[in-house]
Amino acid sequence: MKSDLQKIHTQNLDLFYGDTQALKDVSISLEEKKVTAFIGPSGCGKSTFLKTLNRMNDLVDNVKISGKVFLDNLNIYEKYDIVELRKRVGMVFQKPNPFPMSIYDNIAYGPRVHGIKSKSILNEIVEKSLKNAALWDEVKDRLKQNALGLSGGQQQRLCIARVLAVEPEVVLMDEPTSALDPLSTLKIEDLINELKKNYTIIIVTHNMQQAGRISDKTAFFLLGEIVEYGSTDKIFSVPEDKRTEDYITGRFG
Amino acid sequence: MQLNITKDMLNKKNLKKIGKKVFEKIVENIFLLFACISVICVALIIFYIFTKGSPAIFKIGLGHFLFGTKWAPTQGIYGILPMIVGSIYGTIGAVIVGTTIGLFTAIFMAEISPPWMVKIFRPAIQLLAGIPSVIYGFFGLLVIVPIIHKFYGGGGNSLLAVIIILSIMILPTLISISEISLRSVPKEYKEGSLALGATHIQTIFKVMIPAAKSGILTSIVLAAGRAMGETMAVILVAGNSPIMPTSLISRVRTLTANVAFEMSYASGLHREALFATGVVLFIFIMILNIVLNFIIKKAGASVK
Repeated sequence: MKSDLQKIHTQNLDLFYGDTQALKDVSISLEEKKVTAFIGPSGCGKSTFLKTLNRMNDLVDNVKISGKVFLDNLNIYEKYDIVELRKRVGMVFQKPNPFPMSIYDNIAYGPRVHGIKSKSILNEIVEKSLKNAALWDEVKDRLKQNALGLSGGQQQRLCIARVLAVEPEVVLMDEPTSALDPLSTLKIEDLINELKKNYTIIIVTHNMQQAGRISDKTAFFLLGEIVEYGSTDKIFSVPEDKRTEDYITGRFG
Repeated sequence: MQLNITKDMLNKKNLKKIGKKVFEKIVENIFLLFACISVICVALIIFYIFTKGSPAIFKIGLGHFLFGTKWAPTQGIYGILPMIVGSIYGTIGAVIVGTTIGLFTAIFMAEISPPWMVKIFRPAIQLLAGIPSVIYGFFGLLVIVPIIHKFYGGGGNSLLAVIIILSIMILPTLISISEISLRSVPKEYKEGSLALGATHIQTIFKVMIPAAKSGILTSIVLAAGRAMGETMAVILVAGNSPIMPTSLISRVRTLTANVAFEMSYASGLHREALFATGVVLFIFIMILNIVLNFIIKKAGASVK
């Protein structure tokens, strides 16, 4: 499980919702500045696992977590400032969720809550983040307009820009294109390819072609466990486990 | 087989069909009739209040009536500015105090308190809404007025007592509507904010309250309407002197109190002047309603 490039690794992670076990003994090492995809059927725990990485599961009642999650070798479930954690590990959700405020204020929200007040610095961050999320050209003339007026794909790129504005190291994406049309999906995929130069990206996806197109490594989840984890090429061409092969070839799922 | 249907049967079927249609129409009209009752009531109230009230305004003169600072029916002087000011001060004061308490309570109940505590708070607040206003007045007279008298003197019947009583009375409206609107903020907004590293309190004040803004404003306007229209509780604690309030412990008389206090013995122009007071009160309430509709419309537009 050791690797020089590892950004996040987990050890024997178990998670229970009430009495139901959603994650079983998950140990994995996720590499820096790579795209790692989590695939698997609905309810297999991939989204749950993703949310343990920035402790978004803390919001859910009745969750019990045991095991360890390390970010740069520090356990995030032990004496770790949650604000600091979420600043370093950003998240993009399945459904685009821009706040009901202007495009500018959406991007400036993160930096503002982290104490940046200077108008000129905020302007810079907004421009840079929107450029990095490939949205600047489309919205630069209407930054003061309500973000809810954007199309779904634009909204999702806005959410990515919003995450980039707090300068995270890791970006978690929970099925970020499942609510989007094919063209918007393509744009987000291009964006992910661009972003992996600077960020560690972990993406949950239902779409196996998507995992194949954008990820360097893939983990296959089934019933709360990782069945197989390896380079995407290998998983999709010569999977070791029969269950992985069955899923990838569409025999169940 | 279809050919076996006789003419007679066809007619029967048709009759049944027609009968059904007529029945539907009748029921629809019954609904319409009932729906009209409230509209007719509003129309009648507006008609009578204005026809009864406006002649006095012309006799006294609009300027003298609205901006006259002296109310002395025995001398034939009818200026209601002290009451207008009393109503406005009382309402604004109650809205400021009530909104502060109410909004924090709503935030607490929607976001912070554990569920078991909500189970205690909510029925308590519902009960507060159900208490008759005369009981509020009674409470004010027995508790608030003596306390104000003790600290500030002057008998205790005062604008301050009115504000305190009205603040308590409008709390249920403020809390329940604000709480509902906070709870109906999509949880995606909250998650998005927390995932960016905002704290819970930052999330509440920077995302959730702005998102619930129209509901909160609605609760404030409704509460203001309730405060402005309240009569019984106000009469018991206000002191009811028709003078311009000069401080928080001045005795005041509100528009509502003016009507209720003197109607039983007034006659002639005096009586008409009281109706005219009602007209002014009604106009204030209508303005609040227009503001409310404006807020709701604007909220609807911003969602689109």
